[in-house]
Amino acid sequence: MSNRIDVKKTYKLFINGVFPRTESGRTYEVKSAKGSFIANPCLASRKDLKDAVVAARAAHHGWNKATAYNKGQILYRLAEMLEGRRAQFVDEIIAVTGATKAKAEKEVSESVDRLVWYAGWSDKISSLSGALNPVAGPYYNFTIPESMGVVAAIAPETPSLLGLIDVIAPIIVSGNTLVVLASSKAPLSAMSFAEVIATSDVPAGVINILTGMKDEIAPWMASHMDIDGFDITGLATKKHAEIRASGAENLKRIFAFKSHDPARILAFMEAKTVWHPIGL
Amino acid sequence: MSFYGLVDGTDTSLKNYLGSLSGVDQVGADARAAMLATRSIKTTSKRWAIDMAISMVDLTTLEGADTVGKVQALCTKAVRPDPTDLTVPSVGAVCVYNDMVATARKHLDLVGGQHVGVAAVSTAFPSGRASMPVKLRDTRDALDAGASEIDMVIDRGAFLSGHYIDVFNEIVAIKELCGTRAHLKVIFETGELVTYDNVRKASFLAMAAGADFIKTSTGKIAPAATAPVVLVMLEAVRDFYSMTQQRIGVKPAGGIRNTKDAIKQLVLVNETAGPEWLTPSLFRIGASALLNDLLMQRMKMDTGYYASPAYVTID
Amino acid sequence: METPVSFDYASAPESRAIVSIKPKYGHFIAGKFVAGSKHFPTINPATEEVLSHIALAGKAEVDAAVKAARKAYTTTWSKMSGKERGKYLFRIARIMQERAREFAVLETLDNGKPIRESRDVDIPLAAAHFFYHAGWADKLEFAGLGTSTKPHGVAGQIIPWNFPLLMLAWKVAPALATGNTVVLKPAESTSLTALLFAEVCQQAELPAGVVNIVTGDGSTGALIVNHPGIDKIAFTGSTEVGKIIARAVASTPKSVTLELGGKAANIIFDDAAIDEAVEGIVNGIFFNQGHVCCAGSRLILQENVADEVLEKLKVRMAKIRIGDPMDKNTDVGAINSKEQLAKIIELTAAGDAEGAQRWSAPCELPSKGFWFAPTIFTGVTQAHRIAREEIFGPVLSVLTFRTPQEGIDKANNTPFGLSAGVWSEKGSRILWATQQLRAGVVWANTFNKFDPTSPFGGYKESGWGREGGRHGLSAYLKGVGHE
Repeated sequence: MSNRIDVKKTYKLFINGVFPRTESGRTYEVKSAKGSFIANPCLASRKDLKDAVVAARAAHHGWNKATAYNKGQILYRLAEMLEGRRAQFVDEIIAVTGATKAKAEKEVSESVDRLVWYAGWSDKISSLSGALNPVAGPYYNFTIPESMGVVAAIAPETPSLLGLIDVIAPIIVSGNTLVVLASSKAPLSAMSFAEVIATSDVPAGVINILTGMKDEIAPWMASHMDIDGFDITGLATKKHAEIRASGAENLKRIFAFKSHDPARILAFMEAKTVWHPIGL
Repeated sequence: MSFYGLVDGTDTSLKNYLGSLSGVDQVGADARAAMLATRSIKTTSKRWAIDMAISMVDLTTLEGADTVGKVQALCTKAVRPDPTDLTVPSVGAVCVYNDMVATARKHLDLVGGQHVGVAAVSTAFPSGRASMPVKLRDTRDALDAGASEIDMVIDRGAFLSGHYIDVFNEIVAIKELCGTRAHLKVIFETGELVTYDNVRKASFLAMAAGADFIKTSTGKIAPAATAPVVLVMLEAVRDFYSMTQQRIGVKPAGGIRNTKDAIKQLVLVNETAGPEWLTPSLFRIGASALLNDLLMQRMKMDTGYYASPAYVTID
Repeated sequence: METPVSFDYASAPESRAIVSIKPKYGHFIAGKFVAGSKHFPTINPATEEVLSHIALAGKAEVDAAVKAARKAYTTTWSKMSGKERGKYLFRIARIMQERAREFAVLETLDNGKPIRESRDVDIPLAAAHFFYHAGWADKLEFAGLGTSTKPHGVAGQIIPWNFPLLMLAWKVAPALATGNTVVLKPAESTSLTALLFAEVCQQAELPAGVVNIVTGDGSTGALIVNHPGIDKIAFTGSTEVGKIIARAVASTPKSVTLELGGKAANIIFDDAAIDEAVEGIVNGIFFNQGHVCCAGSRLILQENVADEVLEKLKVRMAKIRIGDPMDKNTDVGAINSKEQLAKIIELTAAGDAEGAQRWSAPCELPSKGFWFAPTIFTGVTQAHRIAREEIFGPVLSVLTFRTPQEGIDKANNTPFGLSAGVWSEKGSRILWATQQLRAGVVWANTFNKFDPTSPFGGYKESGWGREGGRHGLSAYLKGVGHE
């Protein structure tokens, strides 16, 4: 055993491509499965959410405009970076959840593979869910799915990494930008994933990650008028009604998901139909 | 040289002028014309409209088989379309090939039709494929024979190949020849220009060059005076008026065979260029069979019965 | 020859003889007309003539309708093959075509819209919706990504007064094609064609309870929205009511689609085909008296053509014929109700008060009934109420822009996102603008076109979901993968 003292990491938020502390100055304690101290991640506030939404809104235009090929490559790049740092993620999952090494490795592998799966959807979703509509008149008429704008999400508590990937990937692959609240009990995967994001080619503001308490942040997300969609997969079912009612103020599109499939991408896309005359 | 201050006679100025025109969306123009075709007009207005349409007819015969006898018959009918009802107005003009102009003029005068004009088709009608000296000579012939209206064709080949200045110069030269002796109608043959953009461009080109009327077609090519083509030309004369304060006439020709079609044309005029254009001096209809249908409709309005062709004269 | 003072169009009124309106109507429940308890009058907004009395459904009637719909769903409709279901929809489409003139006349009498529009747009499109969806009934397994082939069950549908029969068709046709049964409530002021549609269901021998129609006002609508026996809500109407519905169903498993308000931008670039653009502006805002959620109510003009376009627009507006909706020559009919007229007057007064310049087409308005002359406001900015709020009447707010991006930014600067128009003869600019506009329907070089094959619906506060096409169909099928 070495006598060397570890250099411990301060876990911060990830907003607009940088790692700020919460403006509230609040933190909470994350303990290991065995009860020992691991970290004091930020307890994000309403204002942190606001800042993240501003960053996400500003990033939307550019990310939405990026080609599908480009977005696919960037998601694939995330997978590459995650693969390269898999040991760190395995260790963190084990430390926080007490999972076996095999189980933790399985989750990281599935997370990498899931990113690759969604990356491949970037340039296929439009052709599969779009349409050329044979209208009764001299018009060219087509329907294409487009990103919705800024989407908020509550990541599930467990699995803390795979659950996060399942929230992030389908939302951003279509061109949305995202503010996601990480697993409260196990935020380490999310904050380390922010480092993966920061070192890949994802433009600043496309993915913003908060840590904190669902019951505090989810209602602010629901009522925020500049959030277009809300993935509440990670929120307890008994809270859904209140969140949906609050989200009605700007008719937010609110969904919770049971599986990973293309419907999850389409849920946060809007179909746009275009008409143009056909003539000389 | 200045043409309404729009063109100075150079190729560049003409291209700039034509290039400043907005395009025409075919589907939109078709839809507008179709919508206007659903208008129905009051009975009292319909009677007026029928008489107005009769007075706007350029009663036309343009056949290789035209003879003196045929032209004389046409002229008699032009003056008194219904010999049994002298309240029927004369038509606007008779329209003939230029070798028949003298015959037509003489016969019109003979039957009391001094007020009915003779229109001669000119400039190597209908194709326009002759050299400029021939076109000038052709026109001079018609004028000398007594034509009061010249219906010239444009060189569609020059137009379609982008030599607008050649088309422009031809119109300018023919207009100069017409002087004060005859009105100039410029025929585009819209069925060969094909697009509404071209129709609009040709309209503005011809008006700037001095046309008194712009005319759709020769009657030899289909499609001819379709409602949307006339709509586009009426929009052009309306816009030209707001630019220059000059009212240019419009003459659809070809394909207008019955009263319903003729009244639809008048609706287009009323709604597009405006009621100021509802006069034979600004709107003519080139037709032959139309006249008898107008007469039959007129009879029906008078008697309440549907008329029979046996009661109207054949040419 | 003497030129008459004007070239008059005939009053060419469509005959009323084709419709027979009963003095009083009940509800259509379980295949039968049942008497209502309370009634309210429905009037012709063009004359204020009382046409009939419409029943106001309360809890008992709504319960009965839901019960009938549930029974029809479990015993008949959900068990029937798609092939057979489809044949009923084809039958309905055909009967609507056969009785098209009757529907058109009744729609115009009850709604105040010009007969030319009810005859040429509303009724043919309504029939087309049934025809289109009929063909889907036995092909649901091909209906696309992320949908199942399972219906929700009983659909509660609440429709507005601006396109009464057409909105009924948009709702009922996809619901039936996918195997749902229906409880539909037409708008309070326009129930008559829905009740005539009930007769069509009878003639088509549609199994009892598959379509139930209850009439009434907002209170009836609330009973439907909150009814525990209903699985799916489809609503077309105001954004305000849409939000109330969204809150009301938040604690329920009900699936919801909402087709709500709009404040569509109609952007004219300087290279547009101006004459057709002017037609598109007129069609965009004066079609159906401007009672259109997707109406092009904000004209966004490039400054270098603004004067020319406005001059031409005024000339064109002076040609609009406003008056008797039954006259085939009428372009703009009556405002649907006294309340709507009051709202239009209130908002236009705000336009005056905020310093915008009003210009109305010179026209004589009938003395009886509810009328508002086609009107434009110039000098409008983003900060005017008339540039932000939906007027839902024949009133156009005119704004200008200097650069393409500025035009798009103004167009998108609204909580709504239903539709937009863009006019340019340059293909790449059209596609660029189309991509930038945050709206569910973009009409490029045209406006206010509709088709059953073409999905319709909004971004943002203009609603949830689409109607029409494959996308609209999926709203009536259970989602897979999400709750």
